[in-house]
Amino acid sequence: MSDNIKISVKGLYKIFGSEADRMVNLVKDGVGKQQLLEEYRHVLGLKDINLDIETSKLHVVMGLSGSGKSTLIRHLNRLIDPTAGEILVNGKDIVHLNDAELQDYRRHDISMVFQRFGLLPHRKVFDNVAYGLNIQKLPSAEIKERAMRWIERVGLSGFEDHYPTQLSGGMQQRVGLARALATDADILLMDEAFSALDPLIRTDMQTMLLELQTELNKTIVFITHDLDEALRIGDHIAILRDGMMIQQGGPQDIVMNPADDYIVDFIRDINRGRVVHLEKVMDSEILSGVEGGLHATMALEDALPLVTSCEAQCLPVVDDNGKPIGSISVDSIAKAMARPGDAPTTVIR
Amino acid sequence: MADETSWLIDFPAMDRVDLRMLNKGIDAGFKSFSREYGQLIENLFDPLLFFLVWLEKLLLGAPWFIVIIAMSALAWAGSRSIKVVVGVILSFLVIGYFGMWDNTMRTLSIITVCTLMSIAIGLPLGILMARSDRAQAIVTPILDVMQTMPSFVYLIPVVMLLGIGKVPGLIAVVIYAVAPIIRLTNLGIRLVDKEVLEAAQAFGASPSQKLFGVQIPLAMPNIMAGINQTIMMALAMVVIASMIGVKGLGQPVLKAITNQYFSMGLFNGLAIVALAIIFDRVSQAYGHRLQEHRRNEHS
Repeated sequence: MSDNIKISVKGLYKIFGSEADRMVNLVKDGVGKQQLLEEYRHVLGLKDINLDIETSKLHVVMGLSGSGKSTLIRHLNRLIDPTAGEILVNGKDIVHLNDAELQDYRRHDISMVFQRFGLLPHRKVFDNVAYGLNIQKLPSAEIKERAMRWIERVGLSGFEDHYPTQLSGGMQQRVGLARALATDADILLMDEAFSALDPLIRTDMQTMLLELQTELNKTIVFITHDLDEALRIGDHIAILRDGMMIQQGGPQDIVMNPADDYIVDFIRDINRGRVVHLEKVMDSEILSGVEGGLHATMALEDALPLVTSCEAQCLPVVDDNGKPIGSISVDSIAKAMARPGDAPTTVIR
Repeated sequence: MADETSWLIDFPAMDRVDLRMLNKGIDAGFKSFSREYGQLIENLFDPLLFFLVWLEKLLLGAPWFIVIIAMSALAWAGSRSIKVVVGVILSFLVIGYFGMWDNTMRTLSIITVCTLMSIAIGLPLGILMARSDRAQAIVTPILDVMQTMPSFVYLIPVVMLLGIGKVPGLIAVVIYAVAPIIRLTNLGIRLVDKEVLEAAQAFGASPSQKLFGVQIPLAMPNIMAGINQTIMMALAMVVIASMIGVKGLGQPVLKAITNQYFSMGLFNGLAIVALAIIFDRVSQAYGHRLQEHRRNEHS
């Protein structure tokens, strides 16, 4: 295993019900979700999840409601215990931590942001941000310094004496984010953190998260049901359906090579031109005699006007050092931006 | 013919002799139990009796205006409302003027002790019930019995065990009044937002940090409602408790019932009502003040 894997989930199963341990063998023998529910009255939450999460990357787990994504993220800080499987964090198994070790792990190594914020309504903004630090019983001067720093960092200076209910949803989630960041944990879990916010605020929060991430380099596991959000912020995306992992990969891989019809349906309305970069669709032919070129990570929709405006309808693609590594033509951009799977069967002449 | 089918009409009850034997057996068993352990149990309650007597002497011995000032200060501390404080002062002045001061002080002291005891018993029990479904399944039917059993019925064993006097009265009142605080503590803790609790857990809160930092504070409105109900029920019990020798406003009411003294019953009854209203307003206002964060809610 490579050194930059922060969290590694191996063969994880979760079954809800009184005889989960017995049921897990049935599931391993091929009993399906529906049959398990109808014949054995047990709910299959997660089935054979294998997932590696890289250090300092923003890893999105996506799925619709009931897909098991919230269950999965709660395994990472053991709010839910697995029925079978391993979860390694920094190479250390966290499934068998005892109460004291688990408490310690949750205090220092991992923190979480919740969908409906999970703020303490009877405590002011300051005390909410300081919550994790108070739990750790740090000296009050240090708590004050760190909490105030994070309140300022998320843009809530001046609101520290307000109660959460006096703030808007977006501001409440900033409190939630500040609370999670204040403990300085390496891993940040975000459970549909922006789903309860309206679209404009959501985009703001995504931008803020990406900005913070360039500076903090946390290992973030972000749960969402919104593919646009996943594609916008994710370095890596895993898609869950009915408790099973059906595809993992970078945003471009998901859009360019959907694993099955379910994902094809998902990505149908996605603006492919924004997600896909030139490097994924360029031709390998190196154009000779043309100076300059387009950067490999440029989005297709940005490249399109530039390529169409040049005479050859074709431009070189260059890497970080300006060295040509291929070429891009209007044709290949057009092909890549077309929706897969629903090409018209007849052409009107 | 009629003889043979009489069991269809008359319930095939237990033989009368057998029933009498059963009753006698139970009574004899309980009697020997109380003969054996009555003294021991009575001694167990000595500290409580001591506290009750001390409080009663304090209230009766202090100058009346000091008591009124102290009551007003408590009312102010709880409610921060001039209206409530003025109400308290007026009520006590009227009660004193109508010659019910001493009995009111006695009732006040027993209600105070009963409430404190109910909180001391009810709060931990409610917390236990909230944490364990099994505890809830066991305690709930017991509470149902305690609340619906006519209070005279459980006065009998209490009197057999401890005789008549302050302590048995106190126990009878607590049995009757403790249920709401147990129920509402349990309910309040169970109603705490799951996500807030998850958040506390996710940040590594220990069980006691969760209980005292999240569950009890968030359950406080319900717990306060339980305490309020407990006080009201304790006040409702003072008349019945007076039947087993608890002094206070209940005794003149009892005397008035047996002798048909209408005005005497009315005045003392109104004094109980005044106490009830004071306790209710102060405790409710205090409960509201604890919910400061719910004001100016963002919509």
